[in-house]
Amino acid sequence: MSEVSYGEVIDYTKAPPLVQGNPSLATIDDSIARPMEKLPNKKFFMALSITLTMLLIGAVALAYTFYYGIGMWGNNIPVGWAFDITNFVFWIGIGHAGTLISAVLFLFRQRWRTAIARFAEAMTIFAVMCAGLFPLIHLGRPWYAAFIFPVPTQHGVWINWNSPLVWDVFAVSTYFTVSLMFWYIGLIPDLATMRDRTTNKFKKMIYSVLSLGWRFSNKHWQHYEKVYVILAGLATPLVLSVHSIVSFDFAVSILPGWHTTIFPPYFVAGAIFSGFGMVMTVLILVRKIFNLEYIITMDHLDKMAKVTLLVSMMVSYAYLMEPFIAWYSGDPVDWYLVLMRATGHYAVGFWVMVACNVFIPQLFWFRKVRRNVVVLFIISLLINVGMWLERYIIIVTSLYRDFLPSSWHIYVPTITDFGILIGSFGLFFTLVLLFSRALPVIAMSEVKGVTEGAHPSHQIGAEHE
Amino acid sequence: MSEMKKTSQAVRRLYGVTALFDRPERLLHAVGEVVKQGIKSYDAYTPYPVHGLDTKMKLKRSMIGAVTLVVGLTGASLLLLFTWWTNSIDYPLVIGGKPLFSWPSYVPLMFEMTVLFGAVSTVTALLVIWLNLPRNSHPLHDTDFMKKVSNDRFGICIEATDPQFDERSVKALLEKLGGASVEAVYYEERELTLRETILDPKFIGAIVVVAVLTSGAAYFGFNKMNLIRPWNSLTVQDKVLPETQSAFYADGFAMRPPVKGTVARGQMPYRYASDIPGAEKYMKNPILPTKHVMELGQRDFNTYCSPCHGYFADGQSRLQGQFPVPPSLHIDSLVTAPDGLYYEVITNGYQGVMPSYERQIPRDERWAIIWYIRALQKAQSPEVANVK
Repeated sequence: MSEVSYGEVIDYTKAPPLVQGNPSLATIDDSIARPMEKLPNKKFFMALSITLTMLLIGAVALAYTFYYGIGMWGNNIPVGWAFDITNFVFWIGIGHAGTLISAVLFLFRQRWRTAIARFAEAMTIFAVMCAGLFPLIHLGRPWYAAFIFPVPTQHGVWINWNSPLVWDVFAVSTYFTVSLMFWYIGLIPDLATMRDRTTNKFKKMIYSVLSLGWRFSNKHWQHYEKVYVILAGLATPLVLSVHSIVSFDFAVSILPGWHTTIFPPYFVAGAIFSGFGMVMTVLILVRKIFNLEYIITMDHLDKMAKVTLLVSMMVSYAYLMEPFIAWYSGDPVDWYLVLMRATGHYAVGFWVMVACNVFIPQLFWFRKVRRNVVVLFIISLLINVGMWLERYIIIVTSLYRDFLPSSWHIYVPTITDFGILIGSFGLFFTLVLLFSRALPVIAMSEVKGVTEGAHPSHQIGAEHE
Repeated sequence: MSEMKKTSQAVRRLYGVTALFDRPERLLHAVGEVVKQGIKSYDAYTPYPVHGLDTKMKLKRSMIGAVTLVVGLTGASLLLLFTWWTNSIDYPLVIGGKPLFSWPSYVPLMFEMTVLFGAVSTVTALLVIWLNLPRNSHPLHDTDFMKKVSNDRFGICIEATDPQFDERSVKALLEKLGGASVEAVYYEERELTLRETILDPKFIGAIVVVAVLTSGAAYFGFNKMNLIRPWNSLTVQDKVLPETQSAFYADGFAMRPPVKGTVARGQMPYRYASDIPGAEKYMKNPILPTKHVMELGQRDFNTYCSPCHGYFADGQSRLQGQFPVPPSLHIDSLVTAPDGLYYEVITNGYQGVMPSYERQIPRDERWAIIWYIRALQKAQSPEVANVK
């Protein structure tokens, strides 16, 4: 794929076009709808077989867990949380980038988001689905999850409203619901376009039902756009609250290494960081596979790399503050934990995490790195690794050296732990692959709105912009 | 629209006249002209929201945000009310020493409920109330016009309900404005009633079937499946229950007798049972009368001894003759009696009048009581040496 180059001389006074090559509106529809209208190629089935295998591994590991109990895992007191909650925090963090791109960038009128918003939102939903599984799984007997909901029971006791675990359930389920609605509302016009494009009767029926009979009427667009802004305005504080509440699961406890006030912003920054890493990983693959390079341009990847660099430095700041506060507070237990993280049994993981999250993203200072797809792809993978390790280090190192030396215990994951982790990746990528065949991966109606000449030139009293 | 004409035996009605434009500027111009003509029932159709169209159409500002505000705040209030009722009224429970209604803990939940209620209500209101969706039986559906505006054309439809509507003049107007494929759109009268299929017996029957299947599955899940391994929730365990036999030991008992000579913690064997002279001769008080011991002795004496012996061991029973009244412990023979006698009597009782307290009072506490009795005796017959 040859990238459209702007030449050696860069004109900084004029923003590059959001969609390259000035395609017609019909071409945009054609290229976005193509994956849904053609039979999938061999590569797709190869990819799907790999992800389904991963999903199967996860299913087997889960069946073992549910039959024999969570004794199949490496968890043991005091390390009561390990892979399960690590995976939960990791996946929910992945989801946050989607909301950031679709909602926060929308509110800031960053119109380059249109090309990647749909995909990022879909990733949010799939990631939250993966994340939502882990609190259920880590119970070992998942049907007991019913006790966390405020339903009347025969013993008469209600749930503990003061517990961050209860807040977590409310936050994650609200987040999933709102993300799903936001995504679906955005999909409606595109589903209507698909309804009018398709010649297959069965597909037409499905698209008709899903598009709710959308008619592209301007009287509808007017309210629709308003609702989109409102949802974006609701989703923006929501995304901040969700990861803050996830961090409360740790920060409200009194364990050294968890009991810190920096946790909410630190977790939110980490979530955005890991999410952007994952969005980059998937988008680089998608634009290659589906030839969408003129819609998801190098400029998009460049801008995402810049955001990643920014949040990487926010995460680095938190990494600096943790040992500083541990030292400054003069609490020997806190300081011991900092030393154990850097030099203890999990030191390798800690330093890999620091390398992936702090040092490697510094390469994004260089324009050449930001515009090299291969390097971007490798770095985005490393960010994923680093951010998974971050949650692992936070959870396991705080637990394995708690206040009581007699209960110290070294956690070693078992094959079942890894099986479930692999299974969650299998689930995520299976859903991504199916989504890329079944629904428009790029918001057609939004991309049409950002092509050159899409809007009549400015006039007094124009409502939008 | 040609296919509609072919199939329709039924009454056809005119919905309106449509026209297509290839550029948004032309649509804007056309809309401006239509408004100038005083036409009210019309709508513009665009593949994406076109800037400036709302102003041209003189649409009023969308007030759907009011739904978000009102319902969102309702969600927060309901949550607050619910947390207050559950934790303060229905089952008051003190958690972590906090007040029953510790509202700061509920702030995150209130926020989540604001967002959830606000978002769900806004989307529902948009679709159902503002846009009157889902509706797949609109006359414009499945027309060439709709297929174009969903792709790359910009359309306008002037509806027949407009008082000024006249098919010929409207067509002429749209053609004059540069509209392509100016066409009339018809619909069949029965389409007006299509939405009532929700009361179709088939649909209701399907719902009933789903309900029966769901409740059957739920019954099976909750009443049968959770008794099958591995879901039996530890109700079946590999342990020996009372009245059952153990297959592990030859004698069939699960409990093993302790090794000979085993002494349980805090249960020193007492070898002078009913042997008062032996106890008097050999038992010595093994603990020292510290402040703690004296307080322990006082507490136990007041608890176990004082009902019959009185708080001062003077035989002032509080039981008003329902039990035999014991003698005062201040008589000479008892003041001079050795500690072993007291220990023996507390442990094994006395002549069927005083019961044994072996099970109620641990060994060390018996000795603590004896120290306390000694202190009471000294207090009743003070000597100069004791008062120091």
